[in-house]
Amino acid sequence: MKFGTIASAAAGLAMAFAGTAEARDQIRIVGSSTVFPFATAVAEQFGKTTAFKTPVIESTGSGGGLKLFCSGVGLGYPDVTNSSRKIKQSEIDACAGNGVTDVVEIKLGYDGIVLANSKKTGRMSLTKEQVFRALAKQVPVNGKLVANPYRTWKAMDASLPDVKIEVLGPPPTSGTRDAFVELAMEGGAKAIPMLAELRESDKKAFKAVAHAIREDGHYVEAGENDNLIVQKLEANPDALGIFGFSFLDQNADKIQGSLMDGVEPTFENIADGEYRVSRSLYFYVKKAHVGVVPGIPEYVAEFTSDKAAGPEGYLADKGLIPMPEAELGKYREVGKNMTTLSESAVAAGPTP
Amino acid sequence: MSEATLGQSRRTDVHTSDAAQRRLRRRYAAERRFQLYGLFAIGIALFALGWLLTSIVGRGYTAFTQSRVVLEVEFARDVLDPDATGDRQVLSGANYAALVKSSLREQFPDVSGRRERRALNALVSSGAAFQLREMVLADPSLVGTRRAVSVPLSDDSDMFFKGFIRRDVGESERKLNDAQVGWLDALQERGLVERVFNTTFLTSGDSREPELAGIWGAVVGTTLTLLVTLLLCFPIGVAAAVYLEEFAPTNRWTDLIEVNINNLAAVPSIVFGLLGLAVFLNFFGLPRSAPLVGGMVLALMTLPTVIIAGRAALKAVPPSIREAALGVGASPVQTVLQHVLPLALPGILTGTIIGMARALGESAPLLMIGMVAFIVDIPSGLTSPSTVLPVQVYLWADSPERAFVEKTSAAIMVLLAFLILMNLAAVLLRRKYEQKW
Repeated sequence: MKFGTIASAAAGLAMAFAGTAEARDQIRIVGSSTVFPFATAVAEQFGKTTAFKTPVIESTGSGGGLKLFCSGVGLGYPDVTNSSRKIKQSEIDACAGNGVTDVVEIKLGYDGIVLANSKKTGRMSLTKEQVFRALAKQVPVNGKLVANPYRTWKAMDASLPDVKIEVLGPPPTSGTRDAFVELAMEGGAKAIPMLAELRESDKKAFKAVAHAIREDGHYVEAGENDNLIVQKLEANPDALGIFGFSFLDQNADKIQGSLMDGVEPTFENIADGEYRVSRSLYFYVKKAHVGVVPGIPEYVAEFTSDKAAGPEGYLADKGLIPMPEAELGKYREVGKNMTTLSESAVAAGPTP
Repeated sequence: MSEATLGQSRRTDVHTSDAAQRRLRRRYAAERRFQLYGLFAIGIALFALGWLLTSIVGRGYTAFTQSRVVLEVEFARDVLDPDATGDRQVLSGANYAALVKSSLREQFPDVSGRRERRALNALVSSGAAFQLREMVLADPSLVGTRRAVSVPLSDDSDMFFKGFIRRDVGESERKLNDAQVGWLDALQERGLVERVFNTTFLTSGDSREPELAGIWGAVVGTTLTLLVTLLLCFPIGVAAAVYLEEFAPTNRWTDLIEVNINNLAAVPSIVFGLLGLAVFLNFFGLPRSAPLVGGMVLALMTLPTVIIAGRAALKAVPPSIREAALGVGASPVQTVLQHVLPLALPGILTGTIIGMARALGESAPLLMIGMVAFIVDIPSGLTSPSTVLPVQVYLWADSPERAFVEKTSAAIMVLLAFLILMNLAAVLLRRKYEQKW
């Protein structure tokens, strides 16, 4: 009874509104929550300064965004997806399987991932190896992999303070966590000779060890909301938090970034590559929609313009680490010519 | 021993003996304790509510005011319309930011150097240029004149005047450097800074600039979404409840349906979002992020609540009413529509309001159908992209800028006000239709 009624009501409504999805004069964007603050700033500027409507941006996460983006060509599907990591081959294949063959990749800048703590205590100085040892599920002790035995920082390394290891970080669904694991944890694992050997002999086993974060309460999954992590750090001075640089930038009066391999996470250090735990941010454009949905080339032009992504652009004010001039110019060209991934792969060969 | 004394001593035994007195005292004490437990429970509830409200209002009330600066703006013809064409196209594309910058430079003529000027310009909101543009487009005769205009300050300046950026900490630890703090103080000394009621917050859509962000887009989106929800779930829910309660035969099928409805009322809301994605978006091809689809999904979620409350209300109508109506010759449909339903309506309304209040607070099912989005334009219809109040709260809570903290709390206050208005409407409706016998 109930479902019959609902279904018939829905069908009636669907009849009444069928066709509304056909015409669309507004760009639709999905994707990463890390890129979201930057993409929204560009979209707003774009909407205000041009005759086009302000694009609609959904924060779905990198993976979710690419999945939506790759589900097909047509006005029911998004035109652009933001991503805090490069598109994977499996995703390119999934795209192609649904007829999305012409994807344009545009890098918009960098984002640093920082480990930070409250200003009420001293600044931490860590190496990647220490980060790995503190957070990995299994660590090598005396030539054998054992469940992580370290309870305090001092137990791990005598030079570190005698406080409990407690790190608040994002859950596995987060792009920030993916990047942190890849850059900091894997980097740290490589620095341990035994694991470096393992990497030579069995790459898969190495990744399994390097990417597994401990689950015994010393790493606390604090949700996707970085503001919440900042608030929790304030309340708990002994804890460290993992989040994007823009949150450190905005809360510099409350929290301080830990040195990583002796380098402080500052705007300059991330921009010139001194601070190594940083990742590139991208967005992907569906070329088939250019000319169908109005404003896509103009939106890309706004995103890659000097006043947005340049060294003194408004995105830098929002915490984005801008690319060097030459690289920005390169992506501006890519956007102008709408060079698809397959075309640029032919032209440039594999990228490192 | 005489009979009288025997009876007396027995009475003494049962009612006035020490043991009896003790029992009596224990019973009274138990009663008082029980009342205390109740008071204690209410006390905890009130304390939690008070705590919640004070923390939200305490954090959010500042968002209802805004710091603005009054600048002498020269609407220079050579900047806006050098060829004196008077063309709207030219006026619309002119560089209004330059006007703001030059009037700021007038205030601080000795500021030189690119970095310094950038720091100075950062004090005023980027919305100032758009405000001037709208003024000129509304009245092109402004070109060539000079007048004082009140423009919004940037979020950091606003936070400074509201006391959230402390001046006693080191320069590296706050968002404004010492020079900027000096300029802001100078502007205030000259009497150019004003704190006014923040109309922007109540009238505009979302923005990435906290000082330009408003709640109106989300309020309109919520209204449209809940309207669709109400229009779908009330008639369908009441019809289902009436049929099941008054007409349906009692057999295995209706039992099955009843069990299912009771179960559906407890299904997590995200499941309805997935259903909406699969059915409304993928199968029927309705647009993403539309209040129409949001309303339909929330209606699915609310229906079980409405049906259950409706059936309870119908059950509570005394059988004598039905029998009397049937007795004077009314048909079963007449009995239900003219006698039973009006009496049950207050109860049904209460159930509907509880369901709608739950729908008002939902954001999880809307995630699946694309309503968790950054949308600047105020929604203009049931199919234009829009978001809702709880989503707006969530998005602002997730933004890095400090100024969004007060906006988040203010948005919660607006959400609560919306809820109170909705409940008030329900109470008034119920009063109007309530019947006593």
